[in-house]
Parts: sequence; C-alpha cells; structure tokens
Amino acid sequence: MKTYTNTGSKDTRSGFGAGLTELGQTNENVVALCADLTGSLKMDEFKANHPERFFQVGIAEANMIGMAAGMTIGGKIPFTGTFANFSTGRVYDQIRQSVAYSHKNVKICASHAGVTLGEDGATHQILEDIGLMKMLPGMTVINTCDYNQTKAATLAIAKHDGPVYLRFGRPKVPNFTPENGEFEIGKAVKLTDGNDVTIVATGHLVWEALEAAKTLNDNGISAEVINIHTIKPLDDKAILDSVSKTGCIVTAEEHNYLGGLGESVARVLAQHKPTPQEFVATKDTFGESGTPAQLMDKYGLNSSAIQEAVKKVIKRK
Amino acid sequence: MSNIQQLEDLTTQVRRDILRMVHKVNSGHPGGSLGCAEFFVCLYKELMETKDGFEMDGIGEDLFFLSNGHISPVYYSVLARSGYFAVDELNTFRLIDSRLQGHPTTHEGLPGIRIASGSLGQGMSVAIGAAETKKLNNDKHLVYSLHGDGELQEGQNWEAIMYAAGNKVDNLIATIDLNGQQIDGSTDNVLPMGNVKAKFEAFGWTVVEIEEGNNIEAILEGMQNAKSLTGNGKPVCVLLKTVMGNGVDFMMHTHAWHGKAPNDEQLATGLAQNAETLGDY
Repeated sequence: MKTYTNTGSKDTRSGFGAGLTELGQTNENVVALCADLTGSLKMDEFKANHPERFFQVGIAEANMIGMAAGMTIGGKIPFTGTFANFSTGRVYDQIRQSVAYSHKNVKICASHAGVTLGEDGATHQILEDIGLMKMLPGMTVINTCDYNQTKAATLAIAKHDGPVYLRFGRPKVPNFTPENGEFEIGKAVKLTDGNDVTIVATGHLVWEALEAAKTLNDNGISAEVINIHTIKPLDDKAILDSVSKTGCIVTAEEHNYLGGLGESVARVLAQHKPTPQEFVATKDTFGESGTPAQLMDKYGLNSSAIQEAVKKVIKRK
Repeated sequence: MSNIQQLEDLTTQVRRDILRMVHKVNSGHPGGSLGCAEFFVCLYKELMETKDGFEMDGIGEDLFFLSNGHISPVYYSVLARSGYFAVDELNTFRLIDSRLQGHPTTHEGLPGIRIASGSLGQGMSVAIGAAETKKLNNDKHLVYSLHGDGELQEGQNWEAIMYAAGNKVDNLIATIDLNGQQIDGSTDNVLPMGNVKAKFEAFGWTVVEIEEGNNIEAILEGMQNAKSLTGNGKPVCVLLKTVMGNGVDFMMHTHAWHGKAPNDEQLATGLAQNAETLGDY
C-alpha cells in the first residue's frame, strides 16, 4: 500500500500564517482582521508586512465579523482570525445575517479547533463548529489535515467567491501532503487504495487514519483512506465510488458525531447507497484539560480508535 | 437640488407608500418608518452623492446602511422613488417571491441594498468595515448608517463604537433615530439608556444633535454640519430626535404602531392626512 512520510511535524495554524503571508504579497485586496490573537493565529508576518491591511479589532469578535462583511463592499477579501470557538458559536448570528445571508466574500479562519487545543479546557475546545457552519446556506466548510494542506487551502479560498469557514488547529502534527500542492475546494483526496473498508477522515484525524491503515494492512485488512478536507460541499462521488468497492465505511473527525463529517457522509449514504458506517468522533460531550495526545486518546480520536471502528464495521457488512 | 416644498411633497408621498404597503399585507413596521421619512428623503435626495445605477461595491459614491432593518417600508419607498427600482414593485412588499422582503436583504438582488439587516445591532460594524475599505481604496466618499435607539441595547454596537473612535474612522456618519420607543414600550421603561450623547462623546465620537428630526430644513442643516465634521479624526454621530408615526396623528407619540398595520378605516384616515402628491404606485 502507498505510504506517507512525515517531513517534519508542524502546526496547521502556521500553514495558515504562511498562506496569509503569501497572499499579502500576491493579492492586494486581501485584508486581515484579528480579535487579539495575532500570535496564536500566526498573523504576525502579514501584520508586519502590510500594517495598513491589518485590522486589530480587540476582544470584539461580533464587530470583527460585521466589519469583515462591510469590508467586502469595495472589493476587499477579508480573512478573520481567532479561535474556532470565538469564530463560530460566539458570532453565529453575525455570520448568519451579515456574511452568509448577505453572501459576503469573508474568509472565517479558525484556529485551535477541537480537543487538541489542550490544557485550556472545554471553554475553548469547540467540537460543534463544523455543524454550526455547514448548516448555513452558501457556506463552504474546510478542515485541513496538515501544514502544507492548510497553506494551500488558505491560498485557494482567496480565489473562491463566497463565504468560507477554514478550520485548523494548534498542535504540531505530521506534515505529509505535498509542498505547494494543488487544493481543489470540494474535491476529496484518495490517499490509499483498499478493498475491505473505506476510511474518510478530516483534519488531524487524517494522519491517524493513515497510521491505522498501515497496521490494518499488516493484519490483512485493506483500507482505502480518503482525506475529506472539504466538508461542504461534500465530494459525494468519491465516497460513493469507494463504498461501492469496500461495502463499509468509518468516518473520523475531531468533532462531535452530531453535526460533523460523519453525519454528512451518513446523509449521502442513506440517500444513495445505504452502507454500514461507524463514527470516530466525540460522542455528544464537552472536552476537558489535558495534553492533546491524552485527550485524543481519552476521547477515542486516534489510530487505535479507528482500527477498532474498522473491525466493528467490517463485521456489519 | 430640490426645494423644500419638493422634499415635503416627496415625504408625504412616502408616508402614503408606507401606510399602503403595510396595510396591504397586514404586517410590517409603520411607526419607525414614518418617523424617519424626512431623514430618508433628505439623505437620498440631497445629502448623498450616488451614481446612476447600482453596483454592490459602491466605489466612488456615498454608501448607506440601514441597521434597524424593520423600517424597510420607508427604505423601499425612498429607494424606488430615487430610481433604484420601479415604484410599482412596492406592491410586492412582503409577498411570496418578492425582492422586497420583510427586512432588507441582498439575497434577492434588490438594487440599493448592500447588506441584510433585521437581527439588530449589526449595521454599525458593517458600516465601519465599508468605511475602512473606502480609506484603503482612497475613496473620499462617505458612509452613512441609521440605527434605532432601542437597538443600542445590543452590545455589538458598543464594540463597534469603541473601534470606530479608537481607529479614527472619520468618514462615517452614524445616525441614531431617537424616538424613545421600542416594541415593549418607551426605551426609558424597557431598558433606560441614560444620556446617549454623553455616551457617544465618552467613547470619542463627535456628536451632532438634530432636535427637530421631522423637519426637513433642520435635518438638512444638521446633516450638512455633520458632513463638515468628517475627516477630522473622529467618527460622527447624529442624534436625530424623531416622533414615531410622524404625519399620521393617531400613530404619533406611542409605541403601539411599531409593528402593527392599520385596518381599512385607519388607512383611510392616515391617507386623508397625507394627500397624494407625486402619484400612488
């Protein structure tokens, strides 16, 4: 089976920062807004290079989203930056009315998503943001898996006309997708070919899915791993093509199983090809303090959890 | 330039439009709409520099954002009578498949509207964003916005008010419709706001007061003064003291007509007090 090499672990938020820095140089319409988390979001370089295009709004996320919507009027492409929790739940109505319903070209860029934010605990660990954002008509929802893909996605969403939610994280994770790779919004990336089970993963769980596939392969189970970086619009065809071959599926995400990638996949399958599915996700719970690795383990969000889910779903075929 | 009589005539016609629009669908918000009729007429006919036709980006022209979107009847009437769309389309207000939604929206592509509003408290931020983009584009035109006084109870406003002063957004004139009424009663009873002027000044804004917010000459004088105060490093707030329901005697000085349509008899009374001037739609 095809294997992937970690070229050096990095945080996905730094991929966002690198992408934003490049956009600063290549697209003069790109502006950035931040709610007092410039360092955490890795927006310092953009700010240093283009102070006139960087807007520090203070701890005032609602105003940031509204301002971003207004800034599109006149041709700017605003990228807002704060933690995922404050990018979504705190400002849902502002996003709904001023951005999504008004179809404004705002890029809501959200770091520290999920439990891997770590020690700060559940007040900051949103596990509901994908659900919140995917329910908004016209909103594109992207959750990237590593540094390279996050940088590529940041560049790609600047070219997309319409509101986007870009979700990434805090911890250093393996970097394994191609440097300067293509990023096509809405197009799943098949990482391994397999016949026994499909594993569709998003965000930090993609590397875990690859690790699981390796171990499963050693035990005679052939897993097809698909990286779903775009949760909306979902690449229905890639999912249906794969389960046509494998006959069962595991979805893996750092998010509540209510409202996440798994439910989106279940909808596609229920409508077109009912297929046994298992969910690797948090099970309607808040997170807690701990190291990212401890939390991924405790909440069943790692390679071993994926392997168990695979064994379970294969029996249901 | 129009003379005062022409602006008065248009205002009277706009009042008729408002009453007829909300009566037809037995819903909508006539009180605040009537209270701001003179302001909208002055804004679109005298104060703003706008281009012919409508482009969302609004480069090279003044922009207006309505934050208290429920007074859509006055907005639609004045937009139509300023040439943004056919006056006959006012017939479709709040009906299925209409571009004239209950609250203004860009979703159906109605010319003149640049942001959805209705959920209160969001327009100030949007106006500030548009003003910042004007500065980046080196576009010297102004951004105007209108907000209800009750709407100031929404906290997002104060985030925006703090930002605008701290960042010298001095190409913005935000007008507050001080009619003292909201759905549940007077603003003093629902949630007292204290001294609004002192609050804006404390946040670092320049404040202009228009005591007679239903008097066209007073509005023009006050708003010209506000315009002259832009570009001085401070955002400008206009406190426009209006009477909710102005021009229809039984709707005035009460919150009762905030979101209630007149019946047939009440419509007839209201129209009789505002004789047709430019022709009904």
